[in-house]
Amino acid sequence: MSKRRSRREFLSAAAVLAAAASLPAGVRAQATKDLRGTEQDMRVAINHFTGSRPLAKGKVNLEVPPLVDNGNTVAISVTVESPMTEADHVRSIRIFSERNPEPIIMGFRLGPRAGRASVATRVRLADTQTLVAVAEMSDGTYWFGSAPTVVTIASCLEEI
Amino acid sequence: MSNALVTVPKTAKKGEIIEIRTLVSHNMETGYRRTERGVPIPRDIVRTFSCTYNGVEIFSAELRPAISANPYISFYTVATETGMIAFHWKGDNGFSVSSSAHITVT
Repeated sequence: MSKRRSRREFLSAAAVLAAAASLPAGVRAQATKDLRGTEQDMRVAINHFTGSRPLAKGKVNLEVPPLVDNGNTVAISVTVESPMTEADHVRSIRIFSERNPEPIIMGFRLGPRAGRASVATRVRLADTQTLVAVAEMSDGTYWFGSAPTVVTIASCLEEI
Repeated sequence: MSNALVTVPKTAKKGEIIEIRTLVSHNMETGYRRTERGVPIPRDIVRTFSCTYNGVEIFSAELRPAISANPYISFYTVATETGMIAFHWKGDNGFSVSSSAHITVT
């Protein structure tokens, strides 16, 4: 069934194609916008971790570079002031993000055998934001430290 | 693809705090990326890391998509006795890698 297309049919088909081609970009832009988290998302995640118990500022030193060129690989470290003895040690540490698609970046479990409550890793950052590290102590108290960072090239949301 | 690199001191004094550095090769596909056609790329990440010292777990970590490709983790432990420090990574799609290092404690 081969039928010669009229000029009108050809033009309308071309218009549909053009509309379809422009659509994915819009859809993608929408998806990118929705993926980034908010400060509220981070608060909810922190409250979930602490069981809404009081959170005190201090003891936790979170080191993040103040200016990040490439959000795909950012070296960060967390050090918690603690004698790391059987009676007084850090049980766990969690790192939170305001603007990444997921508010939890990573969690660590440690104990008196660590000797020193200090961990380092490399993370992805989706945007300029403040990171928060929360430490759970063996006495059941929670402490936090935070660090702001400016990200020039974001991670996570790019296409391939 | 499944290579791990760990740095543990070969020898240490009893009671000394030693640094352990680990790296495992993995893409850490976040699950948030799309192809240029807009098709979501499924998540494929390392989910957990654990370290045992002569069979006793001394440190563990829960990894999320925010961890960079080829996850790097460093931490400390007290050198208590001569023996094996072992490392395990587990992840999506049955990813499982182990590595170990011997330490002599004097």
